[in-house]
Amino acid sequence: MKKIVSLVLASALSLSLCACGASGGSTDGSGGALTLNVYNWGEYISDGSEGSYDTVREFEKWYQETYGQRLRVNYDTYASNEDMYAKLSAGAVSYDVVIPSDYMIARMAEEGMLLELDFNNIPNYGNIDDSFKGLYYDRENKYTVPYAYGIVGVIWNANEVDPADAQGWDLLWNDKYSGRILSFNNSRDAFGTAMYKLGLDVNTTDKADWDAAHDALMAQRPLLYGQVMDEIFNLMESGEAAVGAYYAGDYFTMLDNQAGNVDLRFYYPEPTNYYVDAMCIPTCCQHKELAECFINFMLDRDAAVANAEYTCYASPNRVVFTDAEYIEELGEEAMEILYPGISDFAAEYNKYAYQNLSNEMLDYLNSLWETVKIN
Amino acid sequence: MKTASKIYTALIFLFLFAPIAILLVFSFNEAKSLSVFSGFSLKWYAELFHDSATLESVRNTLLLAVSAMALSTVMGTAASVGIHHLRSRWLRAALNTATDIPMTNPDIITGISLMLMFVFVGRLFGLANSLSFWTMLIAHVTFCLPYVILQVLPRLNQMDPSLPEAAMDLGCTPLRAFLKVTIPEILPGILTGAVMAFTMSLDDFVISYFTAGAGFQTLPIRIYNMTKKTVTPKMYALATIIFFVILALLLISNLTGGDAGEPRKPRRTRRKKVLHAPEVKNDYVFAEINTGR
Repeated sequence: MKKIVSLVLASALSLSLCACGASGGSTDGSGGALTLNVYNWGEYISDGSEGSYDTVREFEKWYQETYGQRLRVNYDTYASNEDMYAKLSAGAVSYDVVIPSDYMIARMAEEGMLLELDFNNIPNYGNIDDSFKGLYYDRENKYTVPYAYGIVGVIWNANEVDPADAQGWDLLWNDKYSGRILSFNNSRDAFGTAMYKLGLDVNTTDKADWDAAHDALMAQRPLLYGQVMDEIFNLMESGEAAVGAYYAGDYFTMLDNQAGNVDLRFYYPEPTNYYVDAMCIPTCCQHKELAECFINFMLDRDAAVANAEYTCYASPNRVVFTDAEYIEELGEEAMEILYPGISDFAAEYNKYAYQNLSNEMLDYLNSLWETVKIN
Repeated sequence: MKTASKIYTALIFLFLFAPIAILLVFSFNEAKSLSVFSGFSLKWYAELFHDSATLESVRNTLLLAVSAMALSTVMGTAASVGIHHLRSRWLRAALNTATDIPMTNPDIITGISLMLMFVFVGRLFGLANSLSFWTMLIAHVTFCLPYVILQVLPRLNQMDPSLPEAAMDLGCTPLRAFLKVTIPEILPGILTGAVMAFTMSLDDFVISYFTAGAGFQTLPIRIYNMTKKTVTPKMYALATIIFFVILALLLISNLTGGDAGEPRKPRRTRRKKVLHAPEVKNDYVFAEINTGR
């Protein structure tokens, strides 16, 4: 008898785990009200901090006022496209709206993970500037509504770098600034800088081109302070590093926080990288119409301006970049940098943006990257 | 030699606490930077208390940690008692190994395999969202359990087995003997196990990351996801608050109930009393035990 009791107690662990497993799945957290699950990059929406516009709460309020029904938005964040893809493709969660970057959208569309949008429910799509239509990841504009875009430029400290040297990608290879240069800590962006410098196609399937870029990166390696991602903010702000490439929007964040003896400047090398993040609806969506309603709301003047101001990235929304208040808030200099007046964005973008590489190419790229990477 | 050892100690403390000190100082920075201190301000603390998403993730983290702690403590204690009473050495070794697996397994493998299992079960039930608070709770209980067992089992082995037997001899039911004799004896182990489970759950990132469902993000996940841009100083403020709350709790527990962690104290004092009263006759003691129950 005692032995049986002991055995039962000892297996409490496995038994109760199984029992919980069965009951755990059937619980759904919504309490009567409608729920909309939104999945976006972290720090990528105006969230009410520092007195800004709280986009998600405003949408909930607006929805209740308009339709008289309570709505709860579960707003979750991710740190990379790959994280988001892993969660969605495993079928683990269902999100109604996701905002990935271009190459990931192309991959998801190819794998049938996206639903076609009903643009009758998104009348504000008309606010999107025509130059952001027909982009390579969604040539027929069926799946996506662009949210923000960015262009990579070079940030340099004018107290250290000779203005005459500050042009093109060559600055990142200039041995006058040895030990003061920052490069990207991910394979695609690091190889991108070398390929733009050499005038190669960043989406090439020719291994010789990748090898050439690899040689350039190996030549750059001894000049580097380090390979970084978001550490670049602190390194540039404090003057620890003098040269680095990053997104235009992030330059303004650094400018706001630079130390007294640092004078950060910015320019665009030719050619350079562009990215677009766009809103889309994945196939696991539970409330498609509601999701479209949310996307439409995000294109509204108030929400779109607030988000563009909060993230500091450029907006493809005409209502935003022609808005007097927004232009005044940003200032003339920032407007010129964020919106460099590209005459045919779609053409430039389709030529120079990163596209999804085949698995074979990705493997090759990563094997090259292993030798370039500084540990 | 003595100064050398002092310098060595000082260096160790410097390396341990300098990062916390920097975080603490920069939580009062007026600017957003981690490198330039532009002036004292409580701005980020004010920001923190207006950031509903962060506060909700703190609430989620605490809710999860407390539930995981409670569940894994109860289950872990029960499992320890069971393992302790097993006669077969082979079976005991097998169960010990089984409970060690979640602890020695790399977090990322535990996380991914749990996620796959939840998705599989969720699909069987035809759910759109197979991950939720409950799946996260199960995951946390899974990796907290071994720590509880690891704390409770040695206490049971140390305990004099004749104590609960004596209690039953004197008329206690097995359950009563367990509650009145065994539990107080192993209580320090249970408490340590509970505290460990709580802290493990509180700062777990990897497993939580894979098992988190829509609408339930914990604080470590939220902070990790901020790295597209920089982590805002709000988080430094939050870390400072958490640091001081924990410091205060540690101080209180060390100043008041400091001896709670010491084992077998009650028995030693009981024995001492008997030793100091040699004049008491043996049969008198027995009589007292028999009536005093």
